[in-house]
Order: sequence, then C-alpha cells, then structure tokens
Amino acid sequence: MNKWEILWNHREMILGGFKSTLVLFGVSAIAAFLLSSLIVLAIRTGRAPFGRVVRGVVDGMRMLPFLIYAYLLYYGLPSLGIRFDAWTAGFIALITYHAAYFAEILRGTWATLSTGQAEAARAHGFTTFMMYRRIILPQLVLRAAPVLGNQVIICLKDTAFLSIITVRELTAAASAVQSQYFIPFEAFIVAIGLYWLTSMLIEALVARLGFAAERKGLGYKLAAVRR
Amino acid sequence: MRNVSKSFAGIEVLREVCLNVAHGQTVSVLGPSGSGKSTLLRCINWLEEPDSGEILIAGVRIGVRADGKTHMPDRELARMRARIGMVFQSFNLWPHLSVIENVTEAPIHVLGMAEDEAIGRAEKLLEKVGIGEKRDAYPYVLSGGQKQRVGIARALAMNPEVILFDEPTSALDPELVGEVLAAMRALAEEGMTMVVVTHEMAFAREVSDEIVFIDQGCVVERQAPEAFFDRPQTARARQFLSRYT
Ligand SMILES: Nc1ncnc2c1ncn2[C@@H]1O[C@H](COP(=O)(O)OP(=O)(O)OP(=O)(O)O)[C@@H](O)[C@H]1O
Ligand SMILES: [Mg+2]
Repeated sequence: MNKWEILWNHREMILGGFKSTLVLFGVSAIAAFLLSSLIVLAIRTGRAPFGRVVRGVVDGMRMLPFLIYAYLLYYGLPSLGIRFDAWTAGFIALITYHAAYFAEILRGTWATLSTGQAEAARAHGFTTFMMYRRIILPQLVLRAAPVLGNQVIICLKDTAFLSIITVRELTAAASAVQSQYFIPFEAFIVAIGLYWLTSMLIEALVARLGFAAERKGLGYKLAAVRR
Repeated sequence: MRNVSKSFAGIEVLREVCLNVAHGQTVSVLGPSGSGKSTLLRCINWLEEPDSGEILIAGVRIGVRADGKTHMPDRELARMRARIGMVFQSFNLWPHLSVIENVTEAPIHVLGMAEDEAIGRAEKLLEKVGIGEKRDAYPYVLSGGQKQRVGIARALAMNPEVILFDEPTSALDPELVGEVLAAMRALAEEGMTMVVVTHEMAFAREVSDEIVFIDQGCVVERQAPEAFFDRPQTARARQFLSRYT
C-alpha cells in the first residue's frame, strides 16, 4: 500500500483530530479575547490593589512556558486533589495563557490612545464600562490587529502541545498514524498543511481588520505618514 | 457653583470659586494661561473632582450623593454628565467612528435613542454647523475647523442643558477660527446656556452676557462685557487686557 493511501484510509481519524483542533482553538481564542478584555478593564480602571494584583497574575502567566503550564494543570493539580479531564485542562490552559498575552497587547495599545477621547466619552455621559466597550476596545482591536492576529496564530499552534496531555487533536492523530505505519514525513506534512490552511484564514481575517483600520486612518501605514 | 477649591499636588489651582450661569446665558471665562480656567470647566462636569465646594446643575448636585458625603455611583454621574455638553480644545473626536457616528454614538448608547431618530437629528445638526457633506468622512481627513464643528454637533446631539467650551478655537489656524465662532454665535443667539473659556476677546465681548475674569485660581472680576472691556476694575484685569490691544 502506498504511504499516501494509508493516510487516506485514516482520513477520518486525521479529520477528527483536525476538528478537535479547530474546536479547541476557536473556543479558546474567543474566550481568551473576552477574558483579556475584562482583565484590561480591571487593570486600567479597577480599584488600587485589585488592578495591581491582576497585572501581577498576567505577568506571571506570560513568563510561564505553555507546555509546563499544561502539564501543571493536568498532571500537577491532581496531587492537590483537583482533577480535570484532558479537554478541560486543555481549555483552561489555552484560555488563561493566551488571555494574558492578549491582555498585554491591549494594555500596551491603550497606553497609546489619547486620554482626550476617554474624557470626551465621559463628558458625553458614558459609564466606564460603556466607554470601554464602545470607544476604547474597538480602537484597541483595530490598532493592534496585526499583533493580535499573530497571537491568535500562536494560540492555534499551542493546541498541538495538548497532544502531550492526551487530547486527541490533530498532532495526536498524525502522530498515532505515523507511529503505527512508520510514515512520519507524510503524516506530519498533512498536519502542517492543515495548520497552514487555518493560519491563512486567520491572516485573511486580520487583513480585513487592517483595511478597516486604514480606512479610518488608524492603520500603521497612514499613522506613520501623518507623523 | 459654590466655593469650589481644587489643588494639584498641594498647589491651589482654584480658590473658593463661585460661578452662576443663568439659563440661556453665555458666560465667558477669561484669564491668563495657567490661571485655572480649564480646571474650573472640568470641575463643572466632574472630570476633575473638586476638593471642596459644590456644583449644582439645574438644582441637582453633581458628583456627590444626596447625603452630601459619599461619591455618586458611576452610572448616576454619567447620567448627570449626559446633560452637560463639552467641546474640547483638541476636539477629542472618536477616530474609529465616522462623522455621523460620532454625533449619534452618545444619543444611541447613552440616551437610548432609536437609531433612525438619532441619525435624523445628527444630519440636521451637521447641516446646521455647515458640514453636512462630511457626514461619512472619518475624523482624520477633516480640517481642525471641521473637526471642531463636529465636536459642537456631537455635544448638541445630547440636547444638553449647558455646553462647556474649553478654548474651542485655540488649536485652529486663524482662518478657521471664524467658522467655529460663527457656529457658537448662532447657538448663543438661540438661547443655549454656554460657559466659554476663550482668548477671542472680540467674540467674548459680542456674545457674552457676562465676563468672568480669573487669575491664580480666584475670580477677580465679574462684569457685563462692555463694562469689563471698557472699564476693568482691577489692575490685574487691565494688565491682562493690555496684551490683547
Ligand atoms: N492634572 C493636573 N495635574 C497637575 N497639575 C495640573 C493638572 N491640571 C492642571 N494643572 C495645573 O493647574 C494650573 C491651572 O491649569 P489650567 O489648565 O486650569 O489652566 P488654564 O487657565 O486652563 O490655562 P491655559 O489658558 O493655558 O489653558 C496649571 O498650573 C496647571 O499646571
Ligand atoms: Mg486651559
């Protein structure tokens, strides 16, 4: 049997893994973004000790290697009597870890906004939360789109680490097929192709945000020219 | 506004300032740079919290609960601010929103106005300040004078009881000042209540019902415009005015 034929015969397993990867990635990226939005709001407008504590947790999280964090949640916590199944541990790891990175991106971008806009929002009767949601956050997303997109792709790739805590996602599926028939090159090429495909979709989405930003004069290029 | 005082890092910027603006009046606040004019204006809508004194908007105290001690919750403060318009020296338009969206944003999301109604009103207001054709432009393509007129339309769209202007023409090229002042003059004539910090003496003289002159955080003079410009009572006011003639 041809090596590619073996892969074709196991397509359900590989596509099943791919589907798991997409679910892990999609849910985690969205949840991480929402969580990071709240984190940034807490850092910027929370009461004194609270904002600083949140900031500390975010910084601590960013300094952690993702793999060790996933290990810790899945293999480490049971020794404290906390037990998650592999998927739950995977979701928690992806969401909280990438929320920390998203938050850092949004926080840094917020520092570049003029304070006058927020004042104008307050003067026009916005509550803190509504000002954030309607005036600040949309601009953060538009201005930081390329960097956020980059982080989203890292989030996609980090799902691969979850194969090590027994989540049956794309990398795990490819790995299983290749070790059974010893066709590592072909199996991993297929996996890489699927990761690429997804990344390109993400890039296309980011490019659209970039166009929107440019139309509003918020893009990098225009901003650079105007200075 | 009664006995309002405010310090920054131990330096008194406002000292026991009292100010009364009657409904439908235009009051101009004049004074040298650093005298506390912006701080005064920003205290009125609580962008700056005064250290002491009180500010009443149509009889209701802003920033402080009815018990006079505890802070007003965010939501209640926002509701009061919605009744006070503000126009800024540096425009502070929201750059991710088009001109029309800048004007409809707060009516829709703060006042809860229906979208159609907000758009209809915004179009009329943009027409009124003379930039109807810029409806769908984004702020970065506008000239300073156009930006400021959007700023005025944005404030008007909230149907405020009073509008605060903080040097609305100071960031503009001289040839653009006229168009903004014209829009403000029209408002004053319609009976809008306005507090205007400005360095445009001719405008202040022509449009104001009263001039308030402040220096080093104190109200030094408070007069009708003709009296203030022709017969200033204090040496400080005379000195200040001599720089403009
Ligand atoms: N947030 C702040 N922190 C510290 N000092 C401040 C702050 N805001 C204003 N000041 C100080 O308070 C004083 C009054 O400032 P304010 O902006 O009210 O003056 P102004 O009369 O509006 O001046 P200008 O005509 O230059 O706008 C200034 O000395 C200024 O440096
Ligand atoms: Mg000022």
